[in-house]
Amino acid sequence: MKTIHRTFVSYIDRTREYYAAQGYDRPYAWARHTDAPFAHLPAPLARCQVGVVTTASPWRDQQSVDGVLRGGKQVYSQPADPPPEKLFTDDLSWDKISTHTRDVPSFLPLPQLAAFAAEGRIGRAPLRFHGVPTDYSQRRTLEQDAPALLSRLREDGADVALLVPL
Amino acid sequence: MPTVVIGSARDIVEECGVARFVFSDFPLGNPCGVPYDHDMQRAIVGIALDLLETAVMPRTTVQTPFVWSKDESWKDAYARVDDANREQLRRQGEMRRAAQAKSKPEAGAS
Repeated sequence: MKTIHRTFVSYIDRTREYYAAQGYDRPYAWARHTDAPFAHLPAPLARCQVGVVTTASPWRDQQSVDGVLRGGKQVYSQPADPPPEKLFTDDLSWDKISTHTRDVPSFLPLPQLAAFAAEGRIGRAPLRFHGVPTDYSQRRTLEQDAPALLSRLREDGADVALLVPL
Repeated sequence: MPTVVIGSARDIVEECGVARFVFSDFPLGNPCGVPYDHDMQRAIVGIALDLLETAVMPRTTVQTPFVWSKDESWKDAYARVDDANREQLRRQGEMRRAAQAKSKPEAGAS
C-alpha cells in the first residue's frame, strides 16, 4: 500500500476549517509546549496503584445545546467498582458519524485494569476514576483542573495515571 | 507522577507534548478500542502499561497495530466541509452567534 499524504486525521486542520466555514474567523489556538514533563516509575508496575482520568461526565438525562452543557463542568470523582454503566459524552467532539460511546470500557478502561490487577500485572486497580472538563481555557486546565486531579490521584494513593481523553 | 495518554487525536496530543502517548488510528470516542471488542480493549491498555515501563524520555509515542476498518471513509467524514454542506454550516454559525448574543446581551452589544 502506498500513500501520497498523511493518513491520520489532522484534527487541528479539520476543526479550523470547519469553524471557519461556520464564520468563526479566529481559529482556536491549541496548546503547544516545547518541553513535556516526564517521570519514571517509582516502583515496578506490579507494585503500583494505577489511576485513571477521563473527559466524560457523570450520566445525566440532558441534551447538550450546540455541544455545550448548561452549568459549568467541574473536576469530579466516582468509585471505580462497580464501573459506571454509562457516562455522558454528548458534549464532547467525538466522531458521532462513525462510532458511539455506549460501551464505557471503550473509553474508560476500568474492567481492563481490574483484570490486570487480578493477574498481578499492576499492583492495584483504581479505587476511583476522575473526570476533567474539556475547557477552552488552557489556563483553567493548567492552573485549576490539573492540580485538582493530581491531588485527588495522590489522595487515592495512585502511583501512575492513565489519561484517556475522548 | 508518571502518566500515559491513550488517545486518537495524534496531532493535538503531540503538539501539546506529553510524557507517553498510545495512539490508535481510530475515530475519536473509543481510544481503548472498538466498542465491545474486549480483546482489543485489553490489548490497548496492555500497550499503555508496557509504555509506562519502557519509555525513557518524554514525547514517546507508540501506535497500536489495530485498524478501525478496511474502509477508511470515516477519516473524510469527520467535520467535513464541502459544497454539499458549506451553506448549511454558514447558517449554523450565524444562528449560533445570534443565540449567544441573545443570551448574553452585553456581549452582543459590544
